[in-house]
Amino acid sequence: MEAFLNQLPIGLSIGAVLLLIALGLTFTFGQMGVINMAHGEFIMAGAYTAYLLQDWAGRQAVIVALPVAFVVAGLMGLALERAAIRHFYGRPLDTLLLTWGVSLVLQQLARDLFGAPNVQVQAPQWLQGGLGIMPYNRMFILALAVGSVVAVWAYMNRTGQGRRMQAVMQNRRLASTSGIDTGRVDMRTFFIGSGLAGIAGVALTLIGPVGPALGTYYIVDAFLVVVAGGLGQLRGAVIAAAGLGLLNSYAEFWTDASLAKVIVFAVIVAFLQFRPQGLFVVRSRALT
Amino acid sequence: MSTVVTSKDASVAPLPPGRPSWRARLQGPAVFTAVAVLALVVAPLVLEPFRLGLLAKYLVYAIVALGIGLAWGQGGMLVLGQGVFFGLGGYAMGMYLKLTEAQGGLPDFMVWSGVEELPALWAPFANPVFALAMAVVAPVVVAALLGALVFRQRVRGAYFAILTQALAAAFVILLVGQQGLTGGTNGLTNFFELFGQDLALDSTQRGLYFVVAVVLGLLYLGARQLVNSRFGRLLVAVRDGEDRVRFLGYNPATVKTVTFAISAGMAGLAGALFVPVVGIISPALLGVVPSLELVVAVAVGGRFALAGAVLGAVVMNYAKTVFSEELSSAWLYLQGALFILVMTLAPKGIIGLLRRRKEAAG
Repeated sequence: MEAFLNQLPIGLSIGAVLLLIALGLTFTFGQMGVINMAHGEFIMAGAYTAYLLQDWAGRQAVIVALPVAFVVAGLMGLALERAAIRHFYGRPLDTLLLTWGVSLVLQQLARDLFGAPNVQVQAPQWLQGGLGIMPYNRMFILALAVGSVVAVWAYMNRTGQGRRMQAVMQNRRLASTSGIDTGRVDMRTFFIGSGLAGIAGVALTLIGPVGPALGTYYIVDAFLVVVAGGLGQLRGAVIAAAGLGLLNSYAEFWTDASLAKVIVFAVIVAFLQFRPQGLFVVRSRALT
Repeated sequence: MSTVVTSKDASVAPLPPGRPSWRARLQGPAVFTAVAVLALVVAPLVLEPFRLGLLAKYLVYAIVALGIGLAWGQGGMLVLGQGVFFGLGGYAMGMYLKLTEAQGGLPDFMVWSGVEELPALWAPFANPVFALAMAVVAPVVVAALLGALVFRQRVRGAYFAILTQALAAAFVILLVGQQGLTGGTNGLTNFFELFGQDLALDSTQRGLYFVVAVVLGLLYLGARQLVNSRFGRLLVAVRDGEDRVRFLGYNPATVKTVTFAISAGMAGLAGALFVPVVGIISPALLGVVPSLELVVAVAVGGRFALAGAVLGAVVMNYAKTVFSEELSSAWLYLQGALFILVMTLAPKGIIGLLRRRKEAAG
């Protein structure tokens, strides 16, 4: 029973990281029809930001890195959007391949800058230990995800920018004819989404080493969260991420690590039989 | 935004206007014959055995690429997990080779990982006919099952691409984890003979090259036939306007499932050929990245023409060999950069550029 309960914080914290990653993906996908494979490298950029800040901030690097990583990854996303992706709106399959090229280049860049072996980021002392079955570092990640979701929700529903973002997501052309500068909205969405991936990267330094391929381990699962949760859906992403994180860790616990991914895949395909467009769908009369 | 997910990008491939002149119609067969002579006569005479072996490997990849060209270029289904089907074919062949070599005993890697009895899954693969049949049947069944489940629910476009990619990721983890059954990270290797022929001999490798080249040629002709048939027209129609096809009374799910299964069968056959040619099958050859690399190759060659897929696979794999011999880290930069350039400047690939030049010339 105790082993069973021990899986709970692992599953939840993996779900929290997946959520941070998937939030950016689901908004860029839902709003712009862009599948950003380079999103995984923004995670990596966030993690290396924490690694670099260690020289200056020591063991508190993780905390200092949170805002810095948000901005660093956000700016990378912004640059990518301006330089390349905006020419590909509405062509998801092409952006997928384009951004994969970008992701290859970024990974190799990290390998040349930081070396191929993994590096370690020291967690602050006050995150060691735990409360009952819940280690403090995983609790911290969970809090980070909750905080981010609340912030994103407030941004979307309580600010003018956020409402414009929702308008563009629901109907780009109507929003545009109503006087919304969709280009600016796209830039903001990309900045925020990529920045959240940077935060996810910092969170990942608390539970494992950092390497140039860090992003590739999470990107596929994060996309599955988007598929299962529904495009551009905050609620959907939260539920799907928690579900996928828990399913993953319990499937590993009951079978073994190699079968777990297959089970997760089978569950997702089965789930799509009932909800082909994910948990939540924006109702519209457009053909889908 | 959901309406945009249908294939806007696909509409750029125009159908040939009207009936082409006899010169244009003869051009295709002429080029095909020239390439066939080059591959079957010139290359074996000119190339040293090592280079011929490499060419055989490129042609094996070209078979997978042909399947991708069919599913993606013609059918609009971006398949990012062809490594799974390639792997199923490869492992089926590898298991047969391992068992003949063990001569009733256990394959070497099983002994190392402490397996004492031959697993039931392995036993039938001692039969070459069964192994070869499974190399094609297993991928076809897996693809047909997945296709039927997702296409019926109208899961498509990017969703489908993501699912195939997730399948590739899961497959590799499964292969690595089941060490006693699959050889784990090392995969299956150390093959010495195929149907009584010594695989190390140049003559065997030369024979294999011919087999690969002929199989590729036949599959190309078959795929062409398919594309020009009624079914092929329907496939292109599904790519360009799935809903319209449905309103006309066809079932797009069937068309897509069949095509996806065919492309998977091609990848499986390629995997079975890959094993004796290259001498290894391992998870590193099948994951997300190798699967995507072939899609990239197809895009570089020109996805809207079947010949483009073949051309792309040969060119990109050749470039990979050349550049990773010289400077391995630069290859990744180059591949990424090349890919970004192709997607932005020449979305129809090399074939598209050639055609445009021809049109400009007159």
